[in-house]
Amino acid sequence: MIAALVYALALINRSPYVTRQGVAREQPVQFSHKHHVGELGIDCRYCHTTVEKLAYAGMPATKTCMNCHSQIWATSDFLEPVRESWRTDESIRWVKVYDLPEYVYFNHSIHVSKGVGCASCHGRVDLMNALWQQPTLQMEWCLECHRAPERHLRPRQFIFSMDYQQPADQIALGEKLKKEYDVEARVQCSACHR
Amino acid sequence: MEGRDPTALQRPHGGRAYWRGLEELAQSEEFFAWLRAEFPRQAQLLDHVDRRQFLKLMGASLALAGLGACTRQPTEEVVPYVKPPEEIVPGEPLYFATAMPLGGTVTGLLVESHEGRPTKVEGNPQHPASLGATDPWAQASVLTLYDPDRSQVVRRVDEILTWEAFSLALAAALEAQAERGGAGLRILTETVSSPTLGAQLAALLERFPQARWHQYEPLAADNAVAGARLAFGTDVNTVYRFDQADVVLSLDADFLSCGGAHLRYSRDFVARRRLVDGARDMNRLYVVESTPSNTGVKADERLALRASRIPAFARAVAAAVGVQVAAPSLGGDAASWLAAVARDLQSRRGRSIVIAGDQQPPEVHALAHAINQALGNVGRTVVYTDPVVARPELQLPSLRELVADMRAGNVEVLLMLGGNPVYDAPVDLDFAGALDKVPMRAHLGLFDDETSALCQWHLPESHYLESWSDGRAFDGTASIVQPLIAPLYDTRSAHEVLAMCLGQRPRGYDVVREFWRRERGGADFERFWGRSLNDGVVADTAAAPKSVALRPFAATLPPSPDAEDDGTLELLFRPDPTVLDGRFSNNGWLQELPKPLTKITWDNTVQLAPGTAQRLGVANGDVVELDLAGRRVRGPVWITPGQADGSVTVALGYGRTRAGRVGSGNGFNAYLLRTLEAPDAASGVVVERTGETYALACTQLHGLLEGRDIVRAATLDEYREHPDFAQHVGHVPARDETMYDWEYAGYAWGMAVDMQACVGCNACVVACVAENNIAVVGKDQVMRGREMQWLRIDRYYAGEPENPETVYQPMFCQHCELAPCEVVCPVNATVHDDEGLNVMVYNRCVGTRYCSNNCPYKVRRFNFYRYTNYSDASLALQRNPDVTVRSRGVMEKCTYCIQRINHARIEAKKEGRKVRDGEIVTACQQACPTDALVFGDVNDPSSRVSKLKKEGRNYSVLGDVNTRPRTTYLAVVRNPNPELAGGPQETGA
Repeated sequence: MIAALVYALALINRSPYVTRQGVAREQPVQFSHKHHVGELGIDCRYCHTTVEKLAYAGMPATKTCMNCHSQIWATSDFLEPVRESWRTDESIRWVKVYDLPEYVYFNHSIHVSKGVGCASCHGRVDLMNALWQQPTLQMEWCLECHRAPERHLRPRQFIFSMDYQQPADQIALGEKLKKEYDVEARVQCSACHR
Repeated sequence: MEGRDPTALQRPHGGRAYWRGLEELAQSEEFFAWLRAEFPRQAQLLDHVDRRQFLKLMGASLALAGLGACTRQPTEEVVPYVKPPEEIVPGEPLYFATAMPLGGTVTGLLVESHEGRPTKVEGNPQHPASLGATDPWAQASVLTLYDPDRSQVVRRVDEILTWEAFSLALAAALEAQAERGGAGLRILTETVSSPTLGAQLAALLERFPQARWHQYEPLAADNAVAGARLAFGTDVNTVYRFDQADVVLSLDADFLSCGGAHLRYSRDFVARRRLVDGARDMNRLYVVESTPSNTGVKADERLALRASRIPAFARAVAAAVGVQVAAPSLGGDAASWLAAVARDLQSRRGRSIVIAGDQQPPEVHALAHAINQALGNVGRTVVYTDPVVARPELQLPSLRELVADMRAGNVEVLLMLGGNPVYDAPVDLDFAGALDKVPMRAHLGLFDDETSALCQWHLPESHYLESWSDGRAFDGTASIVQPLIAPLYDTRSAHEVLAMCLGQRPRGYDVVREFWRRERGGADFERFWGRSLNDGVVADTAAAPKSVALRPFAATLPPSPDAEDDGTLELLFRPDPTVLDGRFSNNGWLQELPKPLTKITWDNTVQLAPGTAQRLGVANGDVVELDLAGRRVRGPVWITPGQADGSVTVALGYGRTRAGRVGSGNGFNAYLLRTLEAPDAASGVVVERTGETYALACTQLHGLLEGRDIVRAATLDEYREHPDFAQHVGHVPARDETMYDWEYAGYAWGMAVDMQACVGCNACVVACVAENNIAVVGKDQVMRGREMQWLRIDRYYAGEPENPETVYQPMFCQHCELAPCEVVCPVNATVHDDEGLNVMVYNRCVGTRYCSNNCPYKVRRFNFYRYTNYSDASLALQRNPDVTVRSRGVMEKCTYCIQRINHARIEAKKEGRKVRDGEIVTACQQACPTDALVFGDVNDPSSRVSKLKKEGRNYSVLGDVNTRPRTTYLAVVRNPNPELAGGPQETGA
């Protein structure tokens, strides 16, 4: 009975109920990545400006939205929360979709510079209207890649590509990139926990 | 003190016998209790629980613990800017240059700011008083900024009002004053070094010619000012060049920890005794002092002498080097000691320094000037400049004049800008009583303190990290004090209040900028201003050397009092090494910081020499009553090895009543014995036993590493003969004597700690606390051995307790390659990484504390309770976002600042290179004024740390137990005078 209970707990712990994997989150603005990325083809870095340089990818300021939306769809009801933020100088309070625990220190820039594509972790955001969390974000998921990065690495020119397809000889390519990019893929506790 | 016999201490390998406290020397019960158990004073948590009940409880908790893992993350928000400000990028700290004013000078700083919140203070490498280092007060000042007890509102009696209301009341009062030229207006400040504030005060005095400006702070350099006037007939500022001095004689001067230049002096002094890269020569320090100090600890020859005998000693030195002065006869040991010192000084003419302590009378300062002149040091190791403060004055007479005016009813408006005179003015002035006679009194302060309580108007002051100001360093170099954050509350700076007095409403920014525009006006002012702010120093403002003529004062000095010991005790007032004069009382980091020599936290004590205590029949913690001419104060005794017999030392800064939640009620108030006539030392104090005892939170027996040649030291001659003396103590197993070897292919992080350089200043301890979000636990928990500081500075004595040799040893996680803590953890919460770091995984830790039990260095800290303060919101702003905030039930310890390692490693990786040597600087290393701690890659043979580890003085603490610590120590070398063979002397009285 105890074994069954432990097994059940393990299942619950990995279930989307706990991990929120695949659960689309409601946001204060009905922003569609599918529209902006997939249909308009805006680069990830237009909004997530610091993803190549810093630990945080960066969330766009209201100013970034207004760069276009002061002209385009300037009266749309959907964009009222954005205009309200612009008028009142109050930030838009987005719901965090990829939310790591406080004791995990993840760094975007090192992943991006070592051949990990955005889509490898975030999935095909160019096909998502409301964004959901693609992986479980549990440590076993991190380690799955960190233990064998060659299965996921891609050439640097395809980092921001959404529809990049892995070649048939991915392992060979991955091994080559791992050497070329000097990929370390640390599995030490100290890599992420401080 | 029975059973005291240093030779009784067991040394397995024939090294010198070192002891931590008198308890160890006496082999007392208390010592063995701390030796046998890590936490001897544990509360009994489970009463009468039998085995069956215990297992039931544990089973239930285990089941519940499993369920706990299933909680999901709470929903969190991302709140981006509306319009992103320039330069601020979330997650990336910025650094701004500013300066911290303290005691009439400033120290230049670089302050780390996370999204506009200052979180950590570092030294400014370009600033002459810092050179990149900081002191404990600068490190802890960021906590004061966020102190939830800070005053936040304007208060009139017990009514909360606005600045507008105050400004109206002030305008009305000043209007009435204007008719009489301000005859009833008085301003009281602390020592002013800000040129802008000086100019504002001058403008105010011009507007109100009859008004007066007084300065007072209890630790003012009155003696130095009076000494210079006595010697030269004019005001001078003295700058010492310790980097040029072969021989230094300190006359009760703690120049390594007091004064506006102590960081610079520490660095310069240690630079002349750093035995690395083949250096085989070092300076020699003689210290004559009454109370053990950090400077005394570094002494090569130390003489413990009553403070009242030091003037006679100074005269004898002066006479011996050729100053025309009547030389008193010194008794016995002191005379022969002096003769040797004088010969040594004379053999290094132009390359020596004689420096007098702030608490010594003016005569000693003047004599020190005369001695330096006679030795040809002036212009070489001793440089005179114009004063750096806005108006040099003798502050005690100034305050006496003010109080007399107040009492006579001549003061109608008293504006106090900072300071806390009700608490810290000489007791016989009865400042509080005189204050009552002033119709309008206002006090600007960071806290609603003792002085505020007796004023109608309390005005909340902006912290220096919130306000614009300026100030000058010990050598005259000016810095702009630049705010890191807008005021947290509706507070004003002294500049803004003075502007209000002048009928203006400008912001501090405009006041300071306008001053400098007048000073350095011209077309390129913007460039000048920008550069000064960026660099943290105003270029070319260091004071020029000045030549001054010595007056023949020495011949006319009154005959010195009889040097004979009359059997009475002298009472000495000293700044507390953590809370200073009481201004840092409400700072938990400083209250919990063990005082360098006594290792006491949260209290001050009555420090007695072992012999004095024996005669009085008192032991540590016995409460005595100090009776000084009818004034009585009670305090607990602390027997201090190295204290001069007959000297009773009390630290100022305790016994506060309105300091705040942290600072009120700790210790006793020594100001209640401090009079105008005897502000530094008083003779004829009577010490009476009361029969009571008081529990002190002293850490000197915590974390004992008993009897294993922890500390290694030699004399310079021994070192020259055997440069690797430290490595021949005990047996260190060979590298292959283990079954569990590991190859470190990439980086291998390690540290070297040069104990020769450590001056025990404690800056590293506070820097570590600030960087790593370490909690304050309070006195009760410290008494149980539960202090959380990851870094402690162990203090070891050797020799006789009357005048022991003292060594400081910073101790923190040694990052053993074969770590005893790792093998005993049942849940793999403490593990090794591939770069040799011993890492602590908080989320795995279940709190068995086996690791701590098995750690031979006693450097692990356990959160017995939820020590972190989560309830005061302002404190959260200080925390370092790059380090996990720990809660109850987890073990923690030094990580070698893993956040800084990871940051540097990632940056290097992105640039496709290796981490450069010196790119990673740990928090302790960065704060250190003497570069005693060096971190780096021990796999890189060219790194600084590797080179230090190749020095002959390098050794591993407890290397014989084969832990292979990555932190190693460089042994201490002293340079005693061969003429004084037999080590430091003791004296009768």
